[in-house]
Amino acid sequence: MTAQEINEILKAQFGDAVLEGKLENVPDPFVKVQPERILEIAAFVRSDERLQFDYLMCLSGVDYKGKLGVTYHLYSMVHRHKFVLKVEVPTETPNIPSVESVWKTADWHEREAFDLYGINFTGHPDLRRILLPYDWEGYPLRKDYQTPEYYNGMKVPY
Amino acid sequence: MTETTETIKTSTGRVLRTEEMVVNMGPQHPSTHGVLRLEVVLDGEIVVDVIPHMGYLHRCFEKHCEHMTNYQQVVPYVDRMDYVAAMTNEFAYVVAAEKLLKIEVPERVHYIRIIMSELQRIASHLIAIGTFGIDMGAFTPFLYYFRDREKILELFEMTCGARLLYNYIWIGGLSHDLPPGFIEKTKEFCKDFKTTLKEVNDLLNYNEIFIKRTANVGVLPKDLAINYACSGPMLRGSGVNFDLRRDDPYTMYDKFEWDVIVGKGEMGAVGDVWDRNMVRQREMWESLRIIEQAIASLPEGDVQKAIPKRIRPVPGDAYGRVEGPRGELGFYIVAEDSVTPYRIKARAPAFVNLSVINEISKGAMLADLVAIIGSIDIVLGEVDR
Amino acid sequence: METLLTFLSEPAVTALLLALLPLAFILVYALVVLYGEMKMAAHIQNRLAYMENGWHGTLQPFADMLKLLQKEDIIPAAADKFLFILAPYLVFVGTYASFAVLPFSSGYIGSNIDLGIFYLVAVSSLVVVGLLMSGWASNNKWSLFGALRSAAQLVSYEIPGVLAILGVVMVYGTMNMQSMTQMQEGGIQNWLILGGNLPLVQKLSLIPFLFVLFVIYLVSSMAEVNRTPFDLPEAESELVQGYNTEYSGMKFAIFYLAEYANLFLVSAVVVVMFFGGWSSPFGSFMSGPVWGGFWFVLKGMFFVFFNVWLRWTLPRLRVDQLMYVSWKVLTPFALVCIVAIGFIMVM
Repeated sequence: MTAQEINEILKAQFGDAVLEGKLENVPDPFVKVQPERILEIAAFVRSDERLQFDYLMCLSGVDYKGKLGVTYHLYSMVHRHKFVLKVEVPTETPNIPSVESVWKTADWHEREAFDLYGINFTGHPDLRRILLPYDWEGYPLRKDYQTPEYYNGMKVPY
Repeated sequence: MTETTETIKTSTGRVLRTEEMVVNMGPQHPSTHGVLRLEVVLDGEIVVDVIPHMGYLHRCFEKHCEHMTNYQQVVPYVDRMDYVAAMTNEFAYVVAAEKLLKIEVPERVHYIRIIMSELQRIASHLIAIGTFGIDMGAFTPFLYYFRDREKILELFEMTCGARLLYNYIWIGGLSHDLPPGFIEKTKEFCKDFKTTLKEVNDLLNYNEIFIKRTANVGVLPKDLAINYACSGPMLRGSGVNFDLRRDDPYTMYDKFEWDVIVGKGEMGAVGDVWDRNMVRQREMWESLRIIEQAIASLPEGDVQKAIPKRIRPVPGDAYGRVEGPRGELGFYIVAEDSVTPYRIKARAPAFVNLSVINEISKGAMLADLVAIIGSIDIVLGEVDR
Repeated sequence: METLLTFLSEPAVTALLLALLPLAFILVYALVVLYGEMKMAAHIQNRLAYMENGWHGTLQPFADMLKLLQKEDIIPAAADKFLFILAPYLVFVGTYASFAVLPFSSGYIGSNIDLGIFYLVAVSSLVVVGLLMSGWASNNKWSLFGALRSAAQLVSYEIPGVLAILGVVMVYGTMNMQSMTQMQEGGIQNWLILGGNLPLVQKLSLIPFLFVLFVIYLVSSMAEVNRTPFDLPEAESELVQGYNTEYSGMKFAIFYLAEYANLFLVSAVVVVMFFGGWSSPFGSFMSGPVWGGFWFVLKGMFFVFFNVWLRWTLPRLRVDQLMYVSWKVLTPFALVCIVAIGFIMVM
């Protein structure tokens, strides 16, 4: 199924929850969606007969300076097609519903995005740091991140 | 956790309690394959819960990438993620970058990349099966396999001077063309290697004790494997007929004739540890087939023709993925109007595959947990990045 | 000179010297096996092992021993000190005391008691106590695991092992290990594995059952010395190093020594029970007390080699499978064999 058709299905189902996107002349066609409704959309694209996106390839957090984003790379094992969903939230209130209940693999990816970007995935059962120490402060992959001088009494910049 | 699971009253009226025990498996444990730490809750020898703790090898790969002076400089860093399959890492990054930059590379480059990545797959599977054997208490196959891995490393050394971290595959080309004598040596390797493969197959994979230890252990059902986005031998071991080389062809894999190996549950349930291990074992034969075909039809050409002088992509993003030895290795690159990458996210197969461990090891025995970790084939450099 | 001789001929001194003879043997043997195992493992695995010290690395075991002696002896702060120190010695004593009843040759046996093999089984059980002690005292969960596993394993495998011994004792009619050997004298055809020196019909009908008992004892003896495929108590990939994780230096060396001594002990029991002990395979040719010692050690070393060979070939069993083999396979078979041997001997 082409990106256009997928986009139309999404538009028909969710209307104005589907924001603008880029479907042509890009390596991976994508649409942006309203962050509050991502869980709903995720559940739909996974269960809908025509789409069946049962495989979440990747979930990445991105810092767009002032806005934090999450990109969902979807793949369907049944229909062998791909699609990309993106959400953006302001850095001050980075709350995005967790899609862990739809794709289990999102569990660790979301923990990673929380760890490195501080995105708060609401509804995630176990939102802890994953790569950094549990008592680390700050979110290192944010563009405005300042490396701390000390961590537990140890000098950080060497 | 001192949860009472059972109480026994002795004849004198004393109450004996049994408790669950929490043990720390790792970060310095011989069979966690690096510095993985598992908090294991045990009821006797039975595993009640497994809580993985990672990050002991976190080297801020993604943060480093954002501070490079250009896109090409990321390649040596990518090597250090999955250090036993560095060639594939470079391949995956380069595939993603070329997708973003819309670079077409000469055919010869494609062929050499495929040869290298398949050799790397064999080398990586040799370690995976060898160390898995050690986990099962069989030390000898490990050394047999290391002997053959050595030959592959020699081939790599011949090509680019490095044995582990190559910096060989560049955006748009390769750092060197194949050296003279490479083709002959590779052919010789393919011939010799088939004997060892048969030998170890009998010594390890069809050993009665080994089968008893691995069959019906750590069964990963098909739908769970897909839901957890497992990939590579993990996914195929569970009976899902899916291989990126065939189903989402990148470079020129569709030109060769080979089969996708799928676990069939010969010794027990589909998706058990034995199946996963056997998928790796059989994939090496398929890799040999691909290498032989690629060598036979290697085209001529300049391998550095398409390397761009200066990389400054149009703002946008691209996700490129290849089938690494451990599974789907993807790179998500976000570019803005600059010579440095804005954001690179590595979708490490070992990281994703490992997330299923809690699900499949509950109720297993401690020794099975070791087998399960071994069969997931994690490389901590990739899990922690 | 004379005073020395009189001193040496004092009964107490002679007894002491005789008692120390196996110790000297164990020390030399341990060096040989240490070297031999490494070399054998290496050749099985397509490599060379020691090549640097002396010809083909023959001096390496001495260097290893010196290294172990020099090592810092670490006792964990939270360990139970007394038990921690006591454990390795207890393990070694259990093994060493069993050497008393081994007939090394017709001229040498530490103590020729009638309960020979019974004593051996009883005393070598002390090892379990030592292992449990070491695991408990280390205050390490992995060590505790190893100790509990070893206790379970050793106790379970003692049953089929002892049943196999019982079957053999029924044939001999004695538990004295020296008399057992004497009954098998006169060449290879008199060895118990070939039916012993019994009338032909009895002999032929005994052979299959005795062979089964031999296999049962061999398997359970491998389990008792904790070696692959039964090395669960010290399974490196699961339990780090099992009960001796926390030991270092000399204490670790003593565990090692005890393990190797135990390996020879069980091999020697196999030899005495089934392969004619010190008796020459060629009847009176090459027999006598000195040749006897030679044959005994040679046969013993063969089974040591067999153990090493298996160790570097096979993977490891799982705990429940280990118990399964002991209780549901070996024990019933041993019982059947005992009943059958009983009938044959009465006939």
